[in-house]
Amino acid sequence: MLYWSPMLAVVLTILSGMVMFALLDVNPAKAIHTFFVAPVSSLDGIAELFVKATPLVLIAIGLSFGFQANVWNIGAEGQLTIGALASGGLALAFYDVDTPFLLPGMMIAGVLGGMTWAAIPAFLKTRFNTNEILTSLMLTYVALLVLSYLVHGPWKDPEGMNFPESRLFHEAAQLPVILEGTRLHLGGLLALLAVAAGWVVMARHIIGFQIKVIGMAPMAASFAGFKKARIVWLSLMIGGGAAGLAGMIEISGPIGQIIPVISPGYGFTAIIVAFLGRLNPVGCLLAGCLMALTYLGGDNAQIEMNLPNAVTGVFQGMLLFFLLACDVLIRYRLRVVSKKVPEAA
Amino acid sequence: MTELTETPTEVITPRLELIGITRRFPGVLANNNVNLKVMPGEIHALLGENGAGKSTLVRFIYGVQKADSGKVFWQGRECTIPSPRIARQMGIGMVFQHFSLFDAMTVEENIALGVEPELAKDNLADKIQRVSAQYGLLLDPGRYVHTLSVGERQRIEIVRCLLQKPKLLIMDEPTSVLTPQEVEDLFKTLRRLSGEGCSILYISHKLQEIKELCHTATIMRMGEVVDDCIPSEETARSMAEMMMGKNLLSPVRANRHEIGAPQLSVHGLSVKSPHHHGTDLKDINFEVRSGEILGIAGIAGNGQRELMEVLSGEVPVGNADAVVMNKKSVGQFGPKQRRKAGMGYVPEERLGHGAVADMSLWENAFLSAATGKNLLNKGFILIDRSTEFAVSVVNGFRVKTPGVKHAASSLSGGNLQKFIIGRELLQDPNIIVVLQPTWGVDAGSAAAIRQALLDRAADGAAVLVISQDLEELFEVSDRIAVISGGRLSESQPTESLTVDDVGLMMAGLSHRGADPEPAPGTGEVEGPRVN
Amino acid sequence: MIPEWLVPTILTIITAATPLVFAAVGEAVAEKSGVLNLGVEGMMVIGAFAAFAVGVSSGSAILAILAGAAAGLLMALIFGVLTLYLMSNQVATGLALTIFGLGLSALLGYGFVGKTFGGLPKLDIPGISEIPVIGPIFFGQDFLVYLSVAAVIGVNWFLFKTRSGMLVRAVGENHEAAHSIGYSVTLIRLGAVLFGGAMAGLGGAYLSIVYTPLWVENMTAGRGWIALALVVFASWRPWRAFFGAYLFGGITIIQLHAQGLGIDIASQFLSMLPYLATIVVLVLISRDTTKVQLSAPACLGKNFHASG
Repeated sequence: MLYWSPMLAVVLTILSGMVMFALLDVNPAKAIHTFFVAPVSSLDGIAELFVKATPLVLIAIGLSFGFQANVWNIGAEGQLTIGALASGGLALAFYDVDTPFLLPGMMIAGVLGGMTWAAIPAFLKTRFNTNEILTSLMLTYVALLVLSYLVHGPWKDPEGMNFPESRLFHEAAQLPVILEGTRLHLGGLLALLAVAAGWVVMARHIIGFQIKVIGMAPMAASFAGFKKARIVWLSLMIGGGAAGLAGMIEISGPIGQIIPVISPGYGFTAIIVAFLGRLNPVGCLLAGCLMALTYLGGDNAQIEMNLPNAVTGVFQGMLLFFLLACDVLIRYRLRVVSKKVPEAA
Repeated sequence: MTELTETPTEVITPRLELIGITRRFPGVLANNNVNLKVMPGEIHALLGENGAGKSTLVRFIYGVQKADSGKVFWQGRECTIPSPRIARQMGIGMVFQHFSLFDAMTVEENIALGVEPELAKDNLADKIQRVSAQYGLLLDPGRYVHTLSVGERQRIEIVRCLLQKPKLLIMDEPTSVLTPQEVEDLFKTLRRLSGEGCSILYISHKLQEIKELCHTATIMRMGEVVDDCIPSEETARSMAEMMMGKNLLSPVRANRHEIGAPQLSVHGLSVKSPHHHGTDLKDINFEVRSGEILGIAGIAGNGQRELMEVLSGEVPVGNADAVVMNKKSVGQFGPKQRRKAGMGYVPEERLGHGAVADMSLWENAFLSAATGKNLLNKGFILIDRSTEFAVSVVNGFRVKTPGVKHAASSLSGGNLQKFIIGRELLQDPNIIVVLQPTWGVDAGSAAAIRQALLDRAADGAAVLVISQDLEELFEVSDRIAVISGGRLSESQPTESLTVDDVGLMMAGLSHRGADPEPAPGTGEVEGPRVN
Repeated sequence: MIPEWLVPTILTIITAATPLVFAAVGEAVAEKSGVLNLGVEGMMVIGAFAAFAVGVSSGSAILAILAGAAAGLLMALIFGVLTLYLMSNQVATGLALTIFGLGLSALLGYGFVGKTFGGLPKLDIPGISEIPVIGPIFFGQDFLVYLSVAAVIGVNWFLFKTRSGMLVRAVGENHEAAHSIGYSVTLIRLGAVLFGGAMAGLGGAYLSIVYTPLWVENMTAGRGWIALALVVFASWRPWRAFFGAYLFGGITIIQLHAQGLGIDIASQFLSMLPYLATIVVLVLISRDTTKVQLSAPACLGKNFHASG
């Protein structure tokens, strides 16, 4: 039943979007079409949707673990960046080496990079009781500055006309395309794998169970002997690792080099994806595709209608507002109904 | 005052009269057609078990909760009480069971929040001191609440009411947290107020107190008024039967005097409380041998929670030898390792500590039995076996539930407690530690739980019961010790003790039962709050 | 002698600190009432945009400032309705508010990129404002700076000296008790949240009409988050938040000056300083758990649903 609430939220968001466009003197029907329909009207567009959804789904699944445990890692954007830098560094270091081991190596480097960045809030939280919301977020700004330093300085392409970009990666450092003629790459499969793995761990494994208990009833977790610090570490490592991998996928997939802006806010949007997907891996997959559409729509609206692509953020925020609101309304109604039924029976 | 109750009620207008009050919560009829009449100057008991609907009724009288139907007459005139503020203006004051106090604020601020703004405006501190001196309720207006003992906190609530010169004072279970001495002082104050014409609605399930203090009693069961009586003319037993609605059964003690070797020993255990207002444990020593039940009595907040956490391993102690299970030093063990070593334990809070409210019963069975019952395979949950185990608990302990896929929160308190106790006992522990096993549980479930504990002891387990309920402890324990201010007394055989003895021990170790600090007496000490 | 860079440096520190003062003091009130609003960044950026747009369109600084405050308040209203009436999760809602605010301001602000605004007039008392050092620092500011100081004094007085302030603290401390005594937890919290929003809006307005009097997408650049950190840093006390804001303003400015002085460190590393400093301070503050427990509002972040 709770799945009605995301649907309702989507409908309400589109309706509000139309009102907003009307207020901005833009033809609402045309805008909504440009935004939500046109981008996925071709095979190319659909492939592009999955390309954009890949990092979102990966990160959202990772974050879901933390959110279920009440660990609020909101610094996935920074973890993604460091993951991208770690794997990109490897790609640049072996710039002229053609080996099949490079890609797996980069993946490991990306995961480790994201984990390292997430380890800082984990350490500070478990050791000094520092609020992870603020530390993980502050570290995002730091990570973006590290990226900026590297592309403007040491990692700048020597033959790049002084543009702040690294060299283009060698083919061995790029993810293979899996659908001929599009940009859909191996990362998409990795994301699907993550959905399956995430579901199994969450629903069947003791780790998922511990995470849920800690989130729902911390005292019951300590009664059962689950260690809170361990869960904090675990959920931040999962979140950081997933974000780091997403960073690796971005630079070795659609981008192919290191540039000053690796992610258009995937790390933040993934938070919305996680909630929209009910902190459930399968839900994250669907929500991730929807959110990817808002990105494509934003780009499309910019090209077709000359609207700023910031519209994307507006839609994303509204979606989460409506979801949170619908959630409560539906859950409340359900509770009243479900409690009265056995009473009458 | 007794002549009041003997005079025909037509002559004197009741202070408060309720007619046909009904309040339904989802799934529960909390009050069903309740009638109540309180006379001026009368101390009127509202008697009933936990969950009988007493609190709902008085929260309605004080305007905190609304009723679905029914009429209220205040001094003969029909009225509505939409909010506590209106209630206060009418002359109704209330002392809550769970105090409505703000820990990080001073006594004066707390009182100011609970009275009308005009009264709080000037010289509130002087007014507080005047009233508290007048009624013997010593209070220092400048102290922070979190530095005060439970008894002192209750005084704040009472003074808050008295400042408004109430005509009706509602006291919701006022003595459950007090030492016998504090109870005596409270009764003096209440009798004096009654003599001044203030009506008192006194809620309790403690029969002895009601006999001693109250002029009349109204008895509630399952949301309805079932009887009225004059407590001085009743026996505790007759009132208990009215309250529970059936003849009381005493649990059967199996003939088992084979008390064996010590299973759980605690030596020189001192622990600083990890909690903000907690009580430190000081040099605790005891032993529980196989086949016996040791009862630990004490007023809430004297270190029971800390002792439980240390015994369960939720708060490990540095000195491994401080806690010994069957010759094994386990002080540094966590809860899982202690379970493996043969301990089962039941915390006080059912929802949120002993069980996860929003998880199903089988998941809650898995929660503590994962290793004990081999419900895991390489980290994966064996759902079928977990479900089987949960079903065996439900059947073995007669837990009323439509099925083990239902959430723990869907069970009544008594049924959930039976489930939790069953879950622990069916893992065959040789040491069982339970805290407040029957708190807020219906009489039937309580009897079943006590019987289960007695049976386990008869089978050779060592059982430790920590409880505030003296009747319960006298029913099940072989020996009783008392915890007070974080110290534990020597245990004594139950046969050699009376309830009064234990009551004195509860108070005797420290003058101010719940206060961990040495008694500051006059209350001139400034609070040690860090700013 | 007084080095000649001293006064300009202090002046820039004041301008850097003022938006933080507004936002942090407002959020402190909201948190004192038990509500954790992580949407400060979003409220600030919307305030910045609204102030700039109204300022450019009307030419009136007063209208601009009012618009900033009103816009922040409206954003806080969304948050308040969702969390207080619909009981949505405060952390998630706050995050959504930030994302929404950043997006909406960028969308609406599209047409304002490149325009400038005249800024605010500074106080000028002949004779006094010219006194060396003291004059420009204490008697030569724009009125928002004075307003920010007044806000600190006012909030401090309100929270700790008035009955209404006592109520705000009471619902943050124990909402059940406040409800039992007969106060409307929801209404009091809504008031506190709205005040926090208006203050964040003012902070944003200061950014777009004084600090850098032009509109840039995402111009708050994480200041809302720093304001949140400042509230913890200040243990929920307005004066400490004030000094915290100046400390952070100082770090920001020193970082800029160090770049100007040609210190041979990549600018990015200096730009990290405020963020790293925030982390260090958070660690120092939260190490003492009992102290945090005592000063933090006990109901912070917990939703309240009256069962009446």
